[in-house]
Amino acid sequence: MLKTFPIGGVHPPENKLTADIPIEYLPVPDKVIIPVSQHIGSPANPVVAKGDTVKAGQIIAAGKGFVSANIHSSVSGKVSKIDLAADSSGYRQTAVFIDVEGDDWIDTIDRSNDLVRDIKLSPEEIVKRCFESGIVGLGGATFPSHVKLTVPSGKKCDVLIINGVECEPYLTSDHRLMLERGEQILVGVTILMKALKVEKAMVGIENNKPGAIANMTRLSASFKGITVHPLKVKYPQGAEKQLVKALMHREVPSGRLPIDVGAVVHNVGTAYAVYEAVQKNKPLFERVVTVTGKSLTKPGNYMVRTGTPLIKLIEAAGGIPGNTGKIINGGPMMGKAVSNTDVPVVKGMSGVILVPLEESVREKIKPCIRCAKCVSACPLNLEPYLLMALSERSLFERAEIERITDCMECGSCSFICPAGRPLLDYIRLGKSNVIKMARQRNLK
Amino acid sequence: MSNLLNVSPSPHSHGKESTQKLMLNVVIALVPAFITSVFYFGAGAIIVTVTSVASCLLFEYLIQRFVLRKPVSITDGSALVTGILLAFNLPSNIPVLIIVIGSFISIAVAKMTFGGLGNNPFNPALVGRVFMLISFPVQMTSWPVPKGLGTGYLDAVTGATPLAVIKEGLKNGEPLSDLITRIPTPAQMFLGNMGGSMGEVAAVALLLGFAYLLIRKVITWHVPVSVIGSLALFTAILWLVDPEKNATPMFHILAGGVLLGAIFMATDYVTSPMVPKAMLIYGCGIGIITVIIRVYGAYPEGVSFAILIMNAFVPLMNSYIKPKRFGEEVKNG
Repeated sequence: MLKTFPIGGVHPPENKLTADIPIEYLPVPDKVIIPVSQHIGSPANPVVAKGDTVKAGQIIAAGKGFVSANIHSSVSGKVSKIDLAADSSGYRQTAVFIDVEGDDWIDTIDRSNDLVRDIKLSPEEIVKRCFESGIVGLGGATFPSHVKLTVPSGKKCDVLIINGVECEPYLTSDHRLMLERGEQILVGVTILMKALKVEKAMVGIENNKPGAIANMTRLSASFKGITVHPLKVKYPQGAEKQLVKALMHREVPSGRLPIDVGAVVHNVGTAYAVYEAVQKNKPLFERVVTVTGKSLTKPGNYMVRTGTPLIKLIEAAGGIPGNTGKIINGGPMMGKAVSNTDVPVVKGMSGVILVPLEESVREKIKPCIRCAKCVSACPLNLEPYLLMALSERSLFERAEIERITDCMECGSCSFICPAGRPLLDYIRLGKSNVIKMARQRNLK
Repeated sequence: MSNLLNVSPSPHSHGKESTQKLMLNVVIALVPAFITSVFYFGAGAIIVTVTSVASCLLFEYLIQRFVLRKPVSITDGSALVTGILLAFNLPSNIPVLIIVIGSFISIAVAKMTFGGLGNNPFNPALVGRVFMLISFPVQMTSWPVPKGLGTGYLDAVTGATPLAVIKEGLKNGEPLSDLITRIPTPAQMFLGNMGGSMGEVAAVALLLGFAYLLIRKVITWHVPVSVIGSLALFTAILWLVDPEKNATPMFHILAGGVLLGAIFMATDYVTSPMVPKAMLIYGCGIGIITVIIRVYGAYPEGVSFAILIMNAFVPLMNSYIKPKRFGEEVKNG
């Protein structure tokens, strides 16, 4: 029996259309828009000005405070302006606009393809390098990695978990990385292990990626302490708490982090970025993005510079199909719909999905028949039908007691609901009100 | 493409389930029981089912269209299921007019007055049936003797159900070993060759439907297994204490409406609890109340009453029985 998490979960159609398509480098665009906030935490401070000449890999905005990340230029060229620009969330935020000239990288980056296995940096230097290189969690949450590598005093990490689950339908960027850059990922894992001072790392990969499992298992034989674990295909296995439970049988308490049970979770894409930062001195300014959709003529996995307008990426994949009704940044379960295609690619963007019109509209809402499918689908064992009913009626005190804030918004409830009810929409409404309430209570 | 993109919060994907498909699956699961009831009770089974389904659909349509003036949703399949289940709970020789009255009670009183699908506290088909049982006790308890297609409809030859034979006999002080000879053998009962409501007799057909519902994940095992399990346990204790006065657990499971009730009536989504733990309590309650009515009560059969009584506890259970949340109380290694 394959390992998996025990409670809830759903199995959406996998639609991994691009699983067999190798990573292709997207040509450098003629201009980029680089937002100063591509991570969770405080936005970075721009350190360049209009008219400055920059090289690829040069820092253009410096992280502010501990929970923040540096932002680097992904191209060489001239800063045309620093202004507000809409990002993929639809909100406007400060961004550095650069007109591209050539493709000069800063000299410190090792641009060769040689694998460097020998780790020269000390644990402290690794953490520092991750901060300097702007490494954030590339699974989508974009939490600054140096924070996760700094174990708070009094807590102990004994296992590093590497997330190669990629449980979202359609997305294949991590899958391709594991097939094509397996050794680099494993060196990255070893670096993370050194930084965390742990002897053991577990790589979790869902069983729908047999090639990646075989490749990583074969390669991991020559790396000390790293084991690869196939997992049963079930969404949302890539969620940190679910993955820790599946691999280690440890349950992260409500409101706490994996470190509280001795685990730190990093994504395979992050491990690759850490490898490049530590061994090649290359800051994080490009990543693999899956561009996919049922009507797309040339879906694929592209290595893209951050700041590249989405439309360039879509054009490389054959352009926007005529029947497109929705464009999703991320996976179909947790991704965000974008409202315009000029928004830039950012560090946290793992995929772009072009959804045909007929699949882009929601089902008609019908009455709840109390089938309890949402209750059995919830991986946190909450009662989504009840949380929705409470939120609809503004009964937020009761919703708090029913642990609405535990919800991680995986969307399994809305996905499974036979009556097409927007459970998660209402849970989000309730959650934000409960959080607001709790904040006011703390002020008093 | 149109220049405007749809923008909505996640998830952007929806599963293939729908209310209609779930209801359709319940109907498919009821097909074997329908076939066996036609096989045993002939044309009467068809007349009763068609009348009940047609009148349930009609009443739902009329009420939504002309009384509530809301969009008509009879295509969701819920009234269809109610109609079939109501029919299955009736003898196959019951007059059409009584069925129409029962359907009216099921749909108009038990379902629509509470706000329609999803809001009714009591199982509509059972409310209709119990109303009919109390209002038309003679017609509701004259059970045709199964004679296949030759059973006839209103002119069917009637006889007592095995439960009634045992109940009546024990009341008159006859020993169980004598009574057993006057009822069908367990094998006959398993195949459904006995008097009773038209859909409840054939255990084999109902179990087939149960398997289908489980495979299609329409229901979970909790309610049916706890109903049958608790009933078997309770009757086993009584039987072990005094085998001359109490029938075997096997008899209690195969006779009457236990299987129909456990598999199709107690599992009704709207009127059963939301959480597995509560489902088990609810199921055990139904099993135990059924035995109490059968053994100590005035009626020979008690499944309908047991389910309706436990329906009343469902809102309470939903409020107070909570699943153990992930990360709520943690015991690690």
